[in-house]
Amino acid sequence: MNRLEECFRKLRGERRKALMPYLTAGDPDLDVSFDLALACEQGGADLLELGIPFSDPLADGPTVQEAVQRSLDSGTTFAGILELTRRIRRVSEMPIVFLAYYNSVYSRGEAQFVQACADAGADGLVIPDLPPEEAGNLLAEADRHNITVVQMLAPTSTSERIDLVSKLAEGFIYCVSVTGVTGARDTLSDTLAAFLKRVRALTATPLMVGFGISSPEQAVQAAQEADGVIVGSALIKRISRVRELEGTPHAIKEAERFVNSLRHALDNTV
Amino acid sequence: MHEREGYFGNYGGQYAPEVLIPALRELEEAYRTLAQEPEFQEELSHLLSAYGGRPTPLFRADRLTAKLGGARIYLKREDLNHTGAHKINNTLAQILLARRMGKRRVVAETGAGQHGVATATVSAMFNMECTVYMGEEDMRRQKLNVFRMQLLGAEVRPVKTGTRTLKDATSEAIRDWITNVKDTYYVLGSVVGPHPYPTMVRDFQAIIGYETQHQILTQEGRMPNVIVACVGGGSNAMGIFHPFLTNRGVHLVGVEAAGRGLHTGYHAASLCCGRPGVLHGSLSYLLQDGEGQVQEAHSISAGLDYPGVGPEHSYLKDIGRVEYVTATDEEAIAAFQLLAETEGIIPALESAHAVAHACRLAPTMESEKIIVINISGRGDKDAAEVARYLGLEVCT
Repeated sequence: MNRLEECFRKLRGERRKALMPYLTAGDPDLDVSFDLALACEQGGADLLELGIPFSDPLADGPTVQEAVQRSLDSGTTFAGILELTRRIRRVSEMPIVFLAYYNSVYSRGEAQFVQACADAGADGLVIPDLPPEEAGNLLAEADRHNITVVQMLAPTSTSERIDLVSKLAEGFIYCVSVTGVTGARDTLSDTLAAFLKRVRALTATPLMVGFGISSPEQAVQAAQEADGVIVGSALIKRISRVRELEGTPHAIKEAERFVNSLRHALDNTV
Repeated sequence: MHEREGYFGNYGGQYAPEVLIPALRELEEAYRTLAQEPEFQEELSHLLSAYGGRPTPLFRADRLTAKLGGARIYLKREDLNHTGAHKINNTLAQILLARRMGKRRVVAETGAGQHGVATATVSAMFNMECTVYMGEEDMRRQKLNVFRMQLLGAEVRPVKTGTRTLKDATSEAIRDWITNVKDTYYVLGSVVGPHPYPTMVRDFQAIIGYETQHQILTQEGRMPNVIVACVGGGSNAMGIFHPFLTNRGVHLVGVEAAGRGLHTGYHAASLCCGRPGVLHGSLSYLLQDGEGQVQEAHSISAGLDYPGVGPEHSYLKDIGRVEYVTATDEEAIAAFQLLAETEGIIPALESAHAVAHACRLAPTMESEKIIVINISGRGDKDAAEVARYLGLEVCT
């Protein structure tokens, strides 16, 4: 059992919802990412999703695209992100999931990539442009290194696909809340609950809901039919706004405060 | 020739977000069934001739042949299609498919604007809502095409992210499709993207090759020795190559854009200088750095300015069936002028890359040999850019 599975086992035992903030690694640089990661944990995050910046993030909306650009502009490399992960690992046992577009993995070779992730102390991989049909090699490599490859489902997924994904699923299933790209939204999709119920009926694997969750209220609402939530764009927006207006130390505090507000909301409704 | 559907060797595939997979399956299914029905084929064939202007001539270019002094040169005149390029072959077919699939809106990406214009054109004719994504940099280079699309009732959305060219326009079109997948059809303009696009677009463009086969047999009583076509994403090249692939005696040459020269790094030669990677849904040769970040492509021709290439080209390169070479901006401009002066035909800058290579090749071949150049589009759209390159000013 890796940190990821252990984390969900523990949360289930405590009947608590999981909270996984998303940060683009290296936005605005890797040192700040380190502080933000710890601030997220301090604020009550159970897991952390770290985005590996890619020049062409197809599944991301403007907020994450800008974060990726800031990260690339500051010269972020994969080696740097591995070092960041090691730094976090020295002080934290929080499970870390990398979000990578498939070319970041493929260009290094799947075996080498997975090995590097494992050596640095990462626990899982989310690859938004790698459907299970194309993932055979990677799944085998990841298995050898005890790295969890997280499967994704979307509101458009047919029952047949939900079935396929649930058979392969490890760790948790990333349920995309909307038919769309990442980005903070004012309201959740009114079909979300029905979608999650459809998935729940076919699998016992923990379900994490992401894309568009922007506030504590939405987090609570989204978590009703799921095991936890992923919050990215809304967090990045707050961090970058405060950083511009008041500087980095305030932005790090803001990250902790916002994550903490999500934590409280989730804990107080169970 | 290929073992798995949607793959060309290991290239191709369906590297797309889960949200699109059901839509891609639906498209595969529609292509497999609807597009093969006789009524579909008849309607398409009627539109291609009555509306598109097919068949396009295969023209024997005597003055160019004499000037170069070698192989006899034929031009496949795709520039004579309605809207001025081969792109309409594909958009007419895809709009028919979109209509049969019950979609009311289409999105498209465009580089030079030719595919955007071809999509806006068929959308106007079929009364569909049309949104075209175009890089800001390309909108500057191709102002006339932007206005043409607007005249045709399309909304042209400027893409300001990344390199602000075709690569980012494609990403943005895909994001739109992800968001509006229920009622929107994505009209991809080249043999790139996730399966079934590379196969489907090739099949819709293969009419170029079938006509060429028929025409050369009629005019010369034999197959050509060489066929030359430019390659950006590679749809005009796949279209003319496809029927000849099994014709081992016909040498096929794809010409990529060498931009300011391969050694400068400012080029768009994915096959000649890239390595395999995944962009926009398929595995293929890709211009990328050591970190796997996609690199900016450079070419004077907006239509070739793309860091990726169709997966079937990658396969054909690896098995050695097609030879891939390059031509620089400078060579393309010289060929552009030469074809205008000798034959009274102004080719698109994209097609001028193919002409440039034929100019190198023809003098090395005997006079009874035959070269066919695919003139994929006409060059009116490029006149201002070429004038600027030559240090002249024309009004646009």
